[in-house]
Amino acid sequence: MSVRQMEGARAVAETVAACRPQVVCAYPITPQTHIVEGLGALVKTGTLAPCEFVNVESEFAAMSVAIGASAAGARAYTATASQGLLFMTEALYNASGMGLPIVMTVANRAIGAPINIWNDHSDAMSQRDSGWIQLYAETNQEAMDLHPQAFRLAEELSVPVMVCMDGFVLTHAFEALEVPDQAAVDAFLPPFEPRQVLDPDAPLTIGAMVGPEAFTEVRYLAFHRQREALTRIPEIAGEFRAAFGRDSGGLLHTYRCEDATTVVLAMGSVLGTLKDAVDGLRDDGERIGVVGLTSFRPFPMDAVREALGAAERVIVLERAFSVGVGGIVSANVHMALAGLDQRYHTVIAGLGGRAITGRSLRAMLLDAIGGRLDPLVFLDLDRGLVDRELERVRGHRRSGPAAENILRDLGIVAGGPHR
Amino acid sequence: MSTREIRYLQVGTHAVGNRLLDPSQRTVQADPERANALTCGHRACQGCGEALGARYVVDAALRATGGRLVAVNATGCLEVFSTPYPESSWQLPWLHSLFGNAPAVATGVAAALRARGLDDVRVLAQGGDGGTVDIGFGCLSGMFERNDDVLYVCYDNQGYMNTGVQRSGATPPAARTATTEAVGPHPGNPFGQGKDVPRIAMAHGIPYVATATVADLRDLEAKVERAMAIRGARYLHVLVPCPLGWGTPSNLTIRIARMATQSGLFPVFEARDGEVTGVTPIRQRVPVEDYLRPQRRFAHLFSHPSGAEALDRIRASAEANIRRYGLLDEEDRP
Repeated sequence: MSVRQMEGARAVAETVAACRPQVVCAYPITPQTHIVEGLGALVKTGTLAPCEFVNVESEFAAMSVAIGASAAGARAYTATASQGLLFMTEALYNASGMGLPIVMTVANRAIGAPINIWNDHSDAMSQRDSGWIQLYAETNQEAMDLHPQAFRLAEELSVPVMVCMDGFVLTHAFEALEVPDQAAVDAFLPPFEPRQVLDPDAPLTIGAMVGPEAFTEVRYLAFHRQREALTRIPEIAGEFRAAFGRDSGGLLHTYRCEDATTVVLAMGSVLGTLKDAVDGLRDDGERIGVVGLTSFRPFPMDAVREALGAAERVIVLERAFSVGVGGIVSANVHMALAGLDQRYHTVIAGLGGRAITGRSLRAMLLDAIGGRLDPLVFLDLDRGLVDRELERVRGHRRSGPAAENILRDLGIVAGGPHR
Repeated sequence: MSTREIRYLQVGTHAVGNRLLDPSQRTVQADPERANALTCGHRACQGCGEALGARYVVDAALRATGGRLVAVNATGCLEVFSTPYPESSWQLPWLHSLFGNAPAVATGVAAALRARGLDDVRVLAQGGDGGTVDIGFGCLSGMFERNDDVLYVCYDNQGYMNTGVQRSGATPPAARTATTEAVGPHPGNPFGQGKDVPRIAMAHGIPYVATATVADLRDLEAKVERAMAIRGARYLHVLVPCPLGWGTPSNLTIRIARMATQSGLFPVFEARDGEVTGVTPIRQRVPVEDYLRPQRRFAHLFSHPSGAEALDRIRASAEANIRRYGLLDEEDRP
């Protein structure tokens, strides 16, 4: 194994190639595109063989090709982001409903409107009930390492797995990375042995209609398989550690949680900045720690309760939210902590690529420790901009599109504010 | 298949009995060893053109591939009536995913078979007209332009019959459906809409495109056989009357399909690499009225004041087909 300076997306492509996918379907969408570009080149040079690289006409087709490939006994892979993930939604549910172990990288990106290409978690969060396992990477190295683990998990349980990595922040970052060695991956990940396959010598009907007499049971089995994953995810991470010497994956990671009275839970690349902020507060004598959640689906209720149960104050920092409710991850965390006497805060941050700075995090955490933080906070929200638009809306029936009005207020669009 | 001239017509049907042919030229369905891939027990309506067409198509494809065949099915009547859980009528490996993705799923199956070195196993995808010309059209066009090794068969019954007879992009002008009711000054489906997917398929330059009907099942089998001898994307568009949706007696399915061709409204042809290479000429031309009148979906044409004008436009479209494909010899033209 060798450490090389490389782009996150390229490193993921090389790692996926080491997993020997037999069918890769590609449709471009920023910020995922470099991954399938990398794989396309590896197939074209013959480095990854045998593998069929299919340039499809949409993400809906990408997932559909993966469904057909997986049902025909091939290890199938694709990658997407944002609108692409939404466009394949119907096929996502179909893949999980049929128990097809497809692995897909999601380069997390915001969902429009307003159209925005930058990072947050609204895309993957929107598919939290699709029946896919969702693993969130903190670093590029973890994003890479999660792929062999994802194929293992998917194929053992017959459940599709999404590996979620922050768009741009990870996908486009160049850093020193270690692509897992081919022989080691081969030893870790056995060839795909499908549980069901389209075979002329043993004809099967796959995808039959199921009515009320058995639908609940079929769906319950999907639930059951994800519950099994709660056991297998940490075990597979342990095997990975034994084989590769790196602590990647698992249900969650804790950081400086011993004796912590305040614990912040988050997912993805923001954990790095968060740990820096926590280090600073620890230096100041605050008893504060971090929980990095890797497995969002299945949601590890017991592990979360164990990690957060002793804290007096729990802050969930999330890069998406449910309009009309608030936090999404928080809602799950609250279920895990039901009945405990704790203070809860949901902090929505980093939407559409807004930088989550160490300074903002430190101020927010100090507010929390000082009892000044509201239960639901939008970090670094420019309230003045919001109020100006609300004023316009009150003043004129035809106040125009909010997004463009706010860009005018910011001076990004020429012509001055609307009216 | 080779051809030879046989001077014998069965009265009415214009079909040649199998007994007059060499055993090698007899139909797949005449073979006691046929696959019977869509076996009995399914829930299709009496007189269902799609069930008949699908059985002939799949059996012919199975014979052509020596049984090395996988089928992918779009959501629709064919899928629903053939696989009521926990039963299945399919005697071959069969996969149903979604309504709009059958061509892409078939691409995936073909890619997997290639990657696994199973080049002898072939892929057939099938769907109704809704799944093909409307919701699955993007995936169909993608599969065509990539020239993926899939035979896609559209069983065209000219509407969304599974959901209760709504209009599709293949519903003919003036036809009554649940979403183009026979009411108002212009009853039925508007003129000037809809798409001609066989010609669109040809525009992709794919190696094989053909149309067929359940009125000429030997022709249907022969086209499947020819299609399976070719690698790459192939498209077969089969007209399959629907007694429920068309309002026709279930014993008239074949006759209605034949009148669709003999009126000129449904041209039967074959194309290679984007060029028409053969047409099935009209043998006994019938007026479009003869085709339309037995169908309740067109009843308003014969009672509504706008009917005469609508019939003129339908006649004109039959004429256009006859001219475009050369369906009549000059002396037969009116």
